[in-house]
Amino acid sequence: MNLDFSPEENAFRQEVRAFIKDNYPAELRAAQDSGRQLTKAEQLAWHKVLAKKGWVAPSWPVEFGGTGWTPTQKYIWSEESAEADVLPVLPFGLAMLAPVVYTFGTEEQKKRFLPGIYNGDVWWCQGYSEPGAGSDLASLKTRAERITADDGKEYYIVNGQKTWTTLGQYADWGFFLVRTDPDAKPQAGISFLLIDMKSPGIEVRPIITLEGGHEVNDVFLDNVKVPVENRIFHENQGWTCAKALLAHERSGIAGVARSKRNLEKLRSIATTERSDAGGSLLSDAFFRRKVAELEIDLTALEFTELRTLAGESSGKGPGPESSILKIKGTEIQQRLQELALEAVGHYGAPFLGDLGHNANIGPDYADGLAGEMFNGRKTSIYGGSNEIQRNIIAKMVLGL
Amino acid sequence: MDFSFTDEQSMLRDTVASYLADNYSFDQRRAMLGQEPGWSSAIWKAFAEELGILGAPFSEELGGLGGGPVENMIVMQEMGKALVVEPYLGTVVIAGGFLKHSGHPNAEALIGQIIAGEAIFAFAYAEPQGRYNLADLKTTAKKDGGSYVLNGMKAVVIGAPYATHLIVTARTDAGQRDASGISVFIVETSAPGITTRDYPTVDGFRASEVTFENVRVGAEALIGPENHALPLIEKVVDEAIAATCAEACGVLSKLHEGTLEYTRQRKQFGQPISAFQVLQHRMVDMFIQVEQAVSMTYMATIKLSDDKTRTKAAAAAKVQIGKACRFVGQNAIQMHGGMGVTNEMAIGHYFKRATMIESAFGSTDHHLARYERLSLGQAA
Repeated sequence: MNLDFSPEENAFRQEVRAFIKDNYPAELRAAQDSGRQLTKAEQLAWHKVLAKKGWVAPSWPVEFGGTGWTPTQKYIWSEESAEADVLPVLPFGLAMLAPVVYTFGTEEQKKRFLPGIYNGDVWWCQGYSEPGAGSDLASLKTRAERITADDGKEYYIVNGQKTWTTLGQYADWGFFLVRTDPDAKPQAGISFLLIDMKSPGIEVRPIITLEGGHEVNDVFLDNVKVPVENRIFHENQGWTCAKALLAHERSGIAGVARSKRNLEKLRSIATTERSDAGGSLLSDAFFRRKVAELEIDLTALEFTELRTLAGESSGKGPGPESSILKIKGTEIQQRLQELALEAVGHYGAPFLGDLGHNANIGPDYADGLAGEMFNGRKTSIYGGSNEIQRNIIAKMVLGL
Repeated sequence: MDFSFTDEQSMLRDTVASYLADNYSFDQRRAMLGQEPGWSSAIWKAFAEELGILGAPFSEELGGLGGGPVENMIVMQEMGKALVVEPYLGTVVIAGGFLKHSGHPNAEALIGQIIAGEAIFAFAYAEPQGRYNLADLKTTAKKDGGSYVLNGMKAVVIGAPYATHLIVTARTDAGQRDASGISVFIVETSAPGITTRDYPTVDGFRASEVTFENVRVGAEALIGPENHALPLIEKVVDEAIAATCAEACGVLSKLHEGTLEYTRQRKQFGQPISAFQVLQHRMVDMFIQVEQAVSMTYMATIKLSDDKTRTKAAAAAKVQIGKACRFVGQNAIQMHGGMGVTNEMAIGHYFKRATMIESAFGSTDHHLARYERLSLGQAA
């Protein structure tokens, strides 16, 4: 047991740091700093740089474009990425769909879909939740009926509504859970379909969230025709894919490196802000206690994640233990957001919308903190709510 | 970066675990605690001779197993699972730590006696007025020619009734709470002028109030630098904290497992109470606390060797473990219902130990304040 980095690992850290410094797009940095909502091209800019370098999918198997990094190298990569405040690459294709495709897809499907995911040429969105199927995802009702069309080929005709589809307004394709056998038990009649979002019969409608942003959408499907070869894995066995995907979705969710960076930001704000007594807010007995407790919890989470990574390296994939990372990671993210908002006092109130830093009201660091906190309430809800995560641990780990 | 254990370390864990499973059951322990002297010299002898674990953290040149803090962690975790009262912490971790770090001329000989099971130590550092401040000392050691004369009183010295030696912190200079003017002495418990009031503790140990009245010791009793021993004391106490956190991990895992087992067999409303979601989620939260406690114990143990990060790591770990002890301990009792508050079941005994660990070497508040100073600077 040791925490030392080898000379090779330190050299790797230098290489990563230099690469980010030399190659992070200046226009993207400027757009991030402006505080406005990013365009589709901006959201993909860093992804494309990384794809060209061969670093966009560290966790994939090497044969499909993974880097073959050790868990320690991946840890270094995420630390350096957070430290440099790079825009995280979108998870929908890379982290969520791709493992399903390379684990359950046919050779042809791998060839067809993985390159577009890797290069960032295709923007994917997720069609899982429905108005009546949230935590109880297996109760989903979107129906896919198999038909033989006039061209002699087989299709699914899909009808229903999906919701909470993140950034679906930009999506080229979506991965959907649909019901192919309405008579089977809920989890047994589901299939996993890939659907071209330009298909006739698809309508994407915005849902505006508390901070005023347009991030999530409703997706309506009205007699959408999907070729049968767009189904991953067997018909009626899509739940197997769905579960695997959710475990991958959870594992990155701890966000330790990013929380460490946000903690630094919080400390910097609390050093500038004054307490009622006139000293720095960070020297205020009540506030500093909350910061210290948060810092200690984050350290515990970091070492729990490191232990999980070490376990993964010895051959175990992300298992139900990743539910711990989801629960603790999101709790910590939310406490950070709360404390940052609390720290700026009066200047938590101004609603600047897309004006961002250009509004010049109050200190720059206060811009958008309330919005981040409002928006951040989603983290304990999505990816399987934290209560569902507790059910998973109770069942899968504790055997209750 | 590496979180795996070596084959030797895994073997050490198995050796301790299987010995304790055979010789330190809950009933065997209870019978032993119920009679004088309240500990087992036979068990201690077996630790030394059969298992060889009293040499776990000492180098092979000194006759030990060639380990370090990780070996202490492994042994303490297993001892936590069995609620062992024999003084591994005071003797191997604390006295061993002082001897290793001090470079004292007699260190090799005394470590040899520790490994052989002959020298048994208790750490006499706390005083009635001092709370958790290691520098708050009224006990004095006055130089008198070639010797020192000790006067004062030490509080709740765990393991003193069965110790052959005491490690005593005392003031050789400066004022009652000054950081300077502190020295450490090894004093044999049989030295003239020492009187003790011995008593059991709520969690099964034996302890003493120790009074020093003109206790004269030779110059060789001084370990570490005269007047400037506080950093040495802090270092060894951080090592003791890491070891206590490891013990807590063992205690916590038993509290959690015991609760799972009990709720599976206890039936109410026609079903095992483990089927109720409100209890399931509570047990998940306990599980998360146990896992986080283990993570922090690893962290603190690994960082012991680096003086720059050691203190903050130990404080952080003790905060985490203190909170875990309270949450896991109290919920274990709650879910055992009335049975939890009887003295019959093992669960209550783990709870009592967990509760005492909360304040061992400083409470959660103490270490949180210490962490704040180290990480955030002085308060206003």
